[in-house]
Amino acid sequence: MRFKGPMLFLAGILLALCIGWFAFPMALYKSEPQPLQFNHAIHTGEQNSMTCEMCHEFAADGTFKGIPSIAKCAECHSAPIGTTQNEKTLVEQYVTPQKEIPWKVYSRQPDNAYFPHAVHVKKAEIKCEECHGPHGSSDHLPVYQVNRISGYSRDIWGHNISGIPSHPWEGMKMDRCVRCHAERHRDDSCLDCHK
Amino acid sequence: MEQTEQSKSRYGMVVDLDKCTGCGDCVVACAIENNVAPAEQKATERTGITWLRVYPVTNGEAFPAHDAVFVPMMCQQCGHHTPCVSVCPQNAVEVDPTTGIVGQIPQRCLGCRYCMTACPFHARYFNWWDPEWPAGTEAQLNPDVAPRMRGVAEKCNFCHGRLHAARTRAAAEGKSNIASPAYTPACAESCPAQAIVFGDLADESSDVARLSKAHDTFRFLSKLGTEPKVYYHSAKEWVRKMADQSPAV
Repeated sequence: MRFKGPMLFLAGILLALCIGWFAFPMALYKSEPQPLQFNHAIHTGEQNSMTCEMCHEFAADGTFKGIPSIAKCAECHSAPIGTTQNEKTLVEQYVTPQKEIPWKVYSRQPDNAYFPHAVHVKKAEIKCEECHGPHGSSDHLPVYQVNRISGYSRDIWGHNISGIPSHPWEGMKMDRCVRCHAERHRDDSCLDCHK
Repeated sequence: MEQTEQSKSRYGMVVDLDKCTGCGDCVVACAIENNVAPAEQKATERTGITWLRVYPVTNGEAFPAHDAVFVPMMCQQCGHHTPCVSVCPQNAVEVDPTTGIVGQIPQRCLGCRYCMTACPFHARYFNWWDPEWPAGTEAQLNPDVAPRMRGVAEKCNFCHGRLHAARTRAAAEGKSNIASPAYTPACAESCPAQAIVFGDLADESSDVARLSKAHDTFRFLSKLGTEPKVYYHSAKEWVRKMADQSPAV
């Protein structure tokens, strides 16, 4: 056959691209279930009108508490509100025995990253949504996918394997920090954000 | 580089050698604060890690003229032609423009140890082994400081984790900037003789600026012109003379 060589070459390229773009991400990331489903929209919607800070609080020393402790949930959920299975699990397995919910954190960063929420939220007045997206109005938790090699959530790299974000809030890598800091003319040193 | 609205500080330290008793509290406090792992069994004086080390020095005279001092030696935070910065092929060392603190970024370090060779004060250390803590003691690690891995250099950074904490606290209180320097490094805090004073050398009204200009205050190897930001004080002439001899101590 006349074009056997080029055809084989193109087929090889195609195969490599398929592996790189489709098979590799499937092999790289593993989906892990969250211990509970959580509906942000119910909390922040018209019915309850809660703000992010009501649960995601700052400690007295200015450090950010991140995901609220079970004591925070128990302030309202000491008894089941409603009849859903999630509500029942929350009260029976976590609130009553005062056991913390082992949430998997989408935004967990490496040990050496220092991100002070107080500086960004209180001093620079950046809205939660600018980095976390419209998470607060979602009615279910997205699938948590962990990178088998690094152990970090897929949300750090961003869902697009090419690394090009489809939304401005997608991905939580250093380049995003650097871009924002550069726009604000911050004269940074490495140890400002690393520890 | 753009000018920032932050003021330019020069964090520094004055150590009074006449007050230092050589107890070693600062060494322990430093290691605990900065997550320095217990020494590996095979570690020697050269391969172990002590961001801050107390050197005993004598005047070499026989009794009754014999005299000794203890010299706490940490990174001297050189402010001019910082030797470790200029030799690093990785840009893993830098002088913070806002604080003057010489920072080491372990994630960039490739472990060539040029900086250790270049440092006139032997204040840099290399992780020859992965840090290991006895089971159960990981719980006492300082969350404000990331442990380093095998194969990278490290050194004192004036307890940068405490600076982070001070900045976080200030932002939470709605302050636009921290009162300089708003924190005390672990060594200065732990010293029972209060021999270590830390502060902003650029702030003329600070204790550290006043003490750095006091009579009998000197710096080690000042002849090299690296402008260290760690000063020492001693009323003894032989101690001050010793400071400019090579090697450092």
